[in-house]
Amino acid sequence: MTTVASTTKKTMEHPLNAWYVAAWDHEVTSTAIISRTVAERPLALYRTDDGRPVALADACWHRLAPLSMGKRVDGDGVQCPYHGLKFNSAGRCTFMPAQETINPSAMVPSFPIVERHRFLWVWLGDPTVADPASIPDMHQMDSAEWAGDGLRIEVDANFQLVLDNLMDLTHEEFVHAGSIGQAELSESDFEVTREERSVTLSRWMLNIDAPPFLARNMQDKFPGFRGKVDRWQIIRYEAPSTICIDVGVAEAGTGAPEGDRSRGIENYVMNTITPVTSKSCAYYWAITRNYALDMQSATTRMREGVARVFRQDEDMLVAQQQAIDANPDYEFYSLNIDAGGMWARRIVERMLQDERNAAGHADPVRMSEK
Amino acid sequence: MTAPNSMGWQAVRVVACGPVADGIQRIVLESSRVERAAPGSHLDVEVAIEGGSEVRSYSVVNTSEDGRRHTLAVHRAPQSRGGSEFMHRLRVGDELNATRPLQNFPLRVGAARYTLIAGGIGITAMVAMASMLRRLGADYTLVYVGRTRARMAFLAELELEHGDRLRACVDDEDTSLNVAQLVDQIANDDLSPAIEAYMCGPIRLMDAVRRKWSDTGLPLTNLRFETFGNSGWFDPEEFIVRIPRLGIETAVAPDSSMLEAIQGAGAEMMFDCLKGECGLCEVKVLGLDGCIDHRDVFFSEEQKNASRKMCACVSRVVRPVSSDVETSGQSASRESAIVTIDIT
Repeated sequence: MTTVASTTKKTMEHPLNAWYVAAWDHEVTSTAIISRTVAERPLALYRTDDGRPVALADACWHRLAPLSMGKRVDGDGVQCPYHGLKFNSAGRCTFMPAQETINPSAMVPSFPIVERHRFLWVWLGDPTVADPASIPDMHQMDSAEWAGDGLRIEVDANFQLVLDNLMDLTHEEFVHAGSIGQAELSESDFEVTREERSVTLSRWMLNIDAPPFLARNMQDKFPGFRGKVDRWQIIRYEAPSTICIDVGVAEAGTGAPEGDRSRGIENYVMNTITPVTSKSCAYYWAITRNYALDMQSATTRMREGVARVFRQDEDMLVAQQQAIDANPDYEFYSLNIDAGGMWARRIVERMLQDERNAAGHADPVRMSEK
Repeated sequence: MTAPNSMGWQAVRVVACGPVADGIQRIVLESSRVERAAPGSHLDVEVAIEGGSEVRSYSVVNTSEDGRRHTLAVHRAPQSRGGSEFMHRLRVGDELNATRPLQNFPLRVGAARYTLIAGGIGITAMVAMASMLRRLGADYTLVYVGRTRARMAFLAELELEHGDRLRACVDDEDTSLNVAQLVDQIANDDLSPAIEAYMCGPIRLMDAVRRKWSDTGLPLTNLRFETFGNSGWFDPEEFIVRIPRLGIETAVAPDSSMLEAIQGAGAEMMFDCLKGECGLCEVKVLGLDGCIDHRDVFFSEEQKNASRKMCACVSRVVRPVSSDVETSGQSASRESAIVTIDIT
C-alpha cells in the first residue's frame, strides 16, 4: 500500500538501494584516482592494473584525508596522500606508517561497482541486495547496431526535477524552440502505461513539419528529404532515475505508427541521473542512432546539438531549484501533462518507503525476495 | 571504518534474559530507535562498577524483525573486571545506557568463500555473519571451538541452521581444532587468494591462526578479526606498577586495567581505542619481575618478545607458576609481579 501525499513534494530524497552512474567508462583509469560524489557519499574511483573498476569511500580511515588525492599503488590499491596508509580494492588497510602491525579495524568502505553500457554503476545501499540484473537496460549505448555519444552535465537541481523534465516533453515547445520544439507537442495527446518499476509515455504527432534537429538527422539517412513527417516520442522511465527516449520521424503516412519505421529514422536519447546532493545531480546522457553507423560527423553533430538543447534545460532547472528554495512556503500544483513524472515520483516514493521499512528488519534479504 | 559511527547513546530496557550455556547469559535489550545491527556490529554498554560506571563492548548476536530488540550474550569471566557481573545481574525491566549498533568488524559481501572461526564467547560476533552468508547462498564454513558443549552458547540452534557448514570443535570430545590443518586447507584451496576468514575468540586461538596464516603466505588482509582486548595467555592477577620518575607505585587489581591504575595514581595518560589496537597508550618497560601478558594486536610478535614496551589499556603482568606448584596450594602466598615503566 502506498501513502499518497495530499500535495506534491517539490524535490525528492534519493533511494540508496539502487545503481547510480558514477562516471563514464573512459573517465576512470588505472593510473589516476578521481573523486565523485554519489548520493551524498564522496567516492574515490579508479581501476586496478587488470582494469577492474573500484569505488572506495573518498576518506582515509585514519584522519579522513581524501584518498582521491593519493596514489595508485600495488596492483589494486591506493595510498593516502597524507600519512601513507594503503588500502586494497576491498578497502582493507595493507600498510600503516611507523608500526609493525596493522590495526585489524582499519578499512574504508568499498562499494559494489559494475561496468555496463559504457557507464560505471555504483551501489551505496545494502550490499547484500546489490543485484547487477537491476541495472537499467541501456543496450543502445554499446550495441553494434547503434552509434552515438554523450556527455555528463552537473546540474544544480534535485534529480527529480530532471526526471520531471524528461517525462514531460511539452516543455520542448517553450524551452527548445528552433531545435526540437514545436506547437504540435502540446496539441497532441499522449498515453501513459506503467509496470512495477517503469513508466512509459508515448506521444505521436502525425503529418507535421519535422523540427530542424530531426529534419537534419533525416537527411543523414535520406539525403535531400523534404516533406511532412510523422513524429514520435516514446519515453521510458526505469526506477529510480533512468529515462531512455525512443524518438524519431518518418515520412508521413508510411506506417510508422503501425510499426513500419523503414521510411524514417530512429534516435534513442539515453539519460540517467545520479543524485549528488539534495540540490544537485550529475546528468549522464547520450544520443544514439541505428543508421549511418559509420558517419562520425553525425555522431559529433548530434551530440553537440543535444548538448545545446540540454544547456537550455540546465538553465531552466537551476532557475527552478533556486525559485523553489526562494519560495519555501509555496506549493507545487500539477497539470494533466505531469502524469508521467508523477508516476515516476510514486515509484521513487515506494522505494524510499521500502528502505525505511527494511531499516527496521534484521533481514534485508528477505525483504528483497518478497 | 569511515562509516557513520556516531555513538547514539540512549536508554534501553532489558526485555528478556536467561542462561544459554554454562556461565553465559543471553540479554535482550529493547530500544526506542529502529535500527538493524549489521553482522559484526556491537553495542557499547554503560556498566556500573563499584559506584562508578565504565563502558564495555558486546557483539550483537541478532536484531529482531522490527529493529528494536538487540540480543547480546555475555560470558561471566571468573576474573571479570566487573562488567560481565553487572550484565549477569540484569533482570527484565532494568534500564541501562547503550549505544546504537557500532561497526568495526564488517562482513564484506562478495568473497568467493568464507571461513568463520569462533572460539567460546567469540561466537556472538559470528552468529549474524553466518546467518547472512547462508541467506546470500555464499560458500562458507563456521568453525566453532569450545571446551565442552555445555559451555558453547547457541550450538544446537547453529547446528540446525547451518547443518554441515557448521564444524563444532569440542575439546572434551576429542574434536579439538587443529589450527595448522585448518589454515593449510585454506592455503591449498583453488580459491585460496579469494577466501576471507573472520574470527573472534580467545587470544591464544587468534594468535595461533594469525601466526599460521602469515607463515603460510596467505594475504593478511583476508584474515579479519575482532578483539576487545579482554583475553590473554594467563588469567589476570594483581600486579604492581612502578613509575620511578613520578614516584608512583600502585597495584593493578585483577579486574582493573593498568591504564586505569596509572590514572588512578594521578598520572595523565594518552589513549584511544581501549582494545589494544591503536598503540597510543604504550608505555616503556624499564624493569620486569614477572612476565608480560601482551593482549594487544598493536605490537608485532618480535616486539612482544622483546617486551620493551606494552599497551597499558589491555596488557598485564603475571608471575607464571608451574602447575605442580599451583596444585600444591602455594600460589596464594606468591608475591605479585612487578613492572617498572616510564610514561610520556
